[in-house]
Amino acid sequence: MTPEEIKSSLEAKFPEAVAGAGLEVLQPFLKINPAMIYQVCQFLRDEDTLNFDYLMNLSALDLGENLGLVYHLTSLSQRHKIVLKTEVSKEQPNVHSVADLWRTADWHEREAYDLLGVVFVNHPDLRRILLPEDWVGYPLRKDYQTPEYYNGLRVPFPEEQGDLYDEE
Amino acid sequence: MMKNNLPETDYELEIPAQAIQTDEMTLNMGPQHPSTHGVLRVILKTDGEIVTKATPFIGYLHRCFEKHAENVSWVQVIPYTDRMDYLASMNMNHGYAIALERMMGLQVNERAEHIRVIVAELNRIASHLVALGTYGLDIGAFTPFLYTFRERERILDLFELISGARLLYNFIWVGGVAYDAPQGWREKVLEFCDYFEPKIKEYNDILTYNKIFIERTANVGVIPADLAINYALSGPTLRASGVKYDLRRDDPYSIYDRFDFKVCIGQGQVGTVGDSWDRYIVRVDEMVESNKIIRQAAQAMPEGDALETVPKNVKVPEGEYYMRTETPRGELGYFIVSDGKKNPVRVKVRSPAFVNLSVLPAIAPGTMVADLVAIVGSLDIVLGEIDR
Repeated sequence: MTPEEIKSSLEAKFPEAVAGAGLEVLQPFLKINPAMIYQVCQFLRDEDTLNFDYLMNLSALDLGENLGLVYHLTSLSQRHKIVLKTEVSKEQPNVHSVADLWRTADWHEREAYDLLGVVFVNHPDLRRILLPEDWVGYPLRKDYQTPEYYNGLRVPFPEEQGDLYDEE
Repeated sequence: MMKNNLPETDYELEIPAQAIQTDEMTLNMGPQHPSTHGVLRVILKTDGEIVTKATPFIGYLHRCFEKHAENVSWVQVIPYTDRMDYLASMNMNHGYAIALERMMGLQVNERAEHIRVIVAELNRIASHLVALGTYGLDIGAFTPFLYTFRERERILDLFELISGARLLYNFIWVGGVAYDAPQGWREKVLEFCDYFEPKIKEYNDILTYNKIFIERTANVGVIPADLAINYALSGPTLRASGVKYDLRRDDPYSIYDRFDFKVCIGQGQVGTVGDSWDRYIVRVDEMVESNKIIRQAAQAMPEGDALETVPKNVKVPEGEYYMRTETPRGELGYFIVSDGKKNPVRVKVRSPAFVNLSVLPAIAPGTMVADLVAIVGSLDIVLGEIDR
């Protein structure tokens, strides 16, 4: 199925779900209303003609005002791909987990929670995964400040702060 | 006459019922454990010898590569990718370079493409050799390790000739490679292909069809195909479950569509499809196929200037791209976001071993503690890449 067809079949099922699309870029994406992400994913996975059974990647990123979530889906049987995008605010970074649709999302979501502070509602085990449990803050946010001390240890050397690699 | 302390009467061992521990025991495995291939910690709940629950804890090697990448220029990211999967650095470079090339719309020089495929496949063999050798060690077979490292040494010599380094190469650059192949390198590669081909039989004789090895790995840690797909496993771990999916064939990149090779899948020869032995044998079969690709690429390698298309300044236009390539461990994905400036906005790595390890809590319950070592070994994890 082409991205246009996927978009139209989604719009037929959920009229409010698709908030926008970019079909002219290298990898076509659909912008999904964050409240609808679980239903949309379930539909994409279970519908026979779509059959998105393989979640390649789930990434989160800092967009300034909001946090973005990007789902890269493919289907092993139908051999088509689609990218879903959604945005949540930094004050209320809640989005429904898809870990019970694709179990692989479990660790990806824990990573997004760990490094960017996205809270996945209904996640089976939302803990930090890469950082220690007592770490404060979400390092991949652009406004993150490296803490001066961690458990009484000095974290950065003073000369390492700032733009070490900034040559211009 | 000396008397012992036992009472005069007939002694009967009497143990009060509540003194026997019938509860679950919590067992800590790692982070420093020889079979965890690095620093992986698994907390096991065991009922006697049977594992009832396994919870992996990762992050001991976490350097936050993704944060580093946001603070350096586009090309300065490449040495960091080396250090993720340090057993397959070439494949790590390759994925990143292709991602940027596709974003920039850059066509790579033919000679460079051939060199890239040769080194990537050589690195796949080298990585599988380590997987085989250390898997033998995990199970208790020491000798195969020496055999596999003997061949790996030859591959590292070839890498040293072309890139100057033996482990972390920084060799595949955006638009080409760092150095052209030196004179006589192509012949040395072909020589290696001839040398390596008969060695597969040696591994099969000493390890693959060894009765003890089969007993330890057959029917252990079976991953059914639907579970593997739901967990988005990739690489040999997915193919061992009988799913014929190889990105080199199914989502072609570079020049892989020109070469003739077959996708190896697990067939349950000695046990069930998707068991640990299948994951092992898929790696052995893949080495044969990689050897074929190397031979074809080396024979087809044209003359020319491999550095012709390496740009002076890497300027990535605004946009985003998810590039996936087949590394020895599976699907390596780079999700790259650019705003057109000199640093990446976001580089998210979907590391194959990270995803492959996440299946462990699903397959561990019901196995013996000793079998868990066989399962973790068969997943072929590299912690540098899991923790990034």
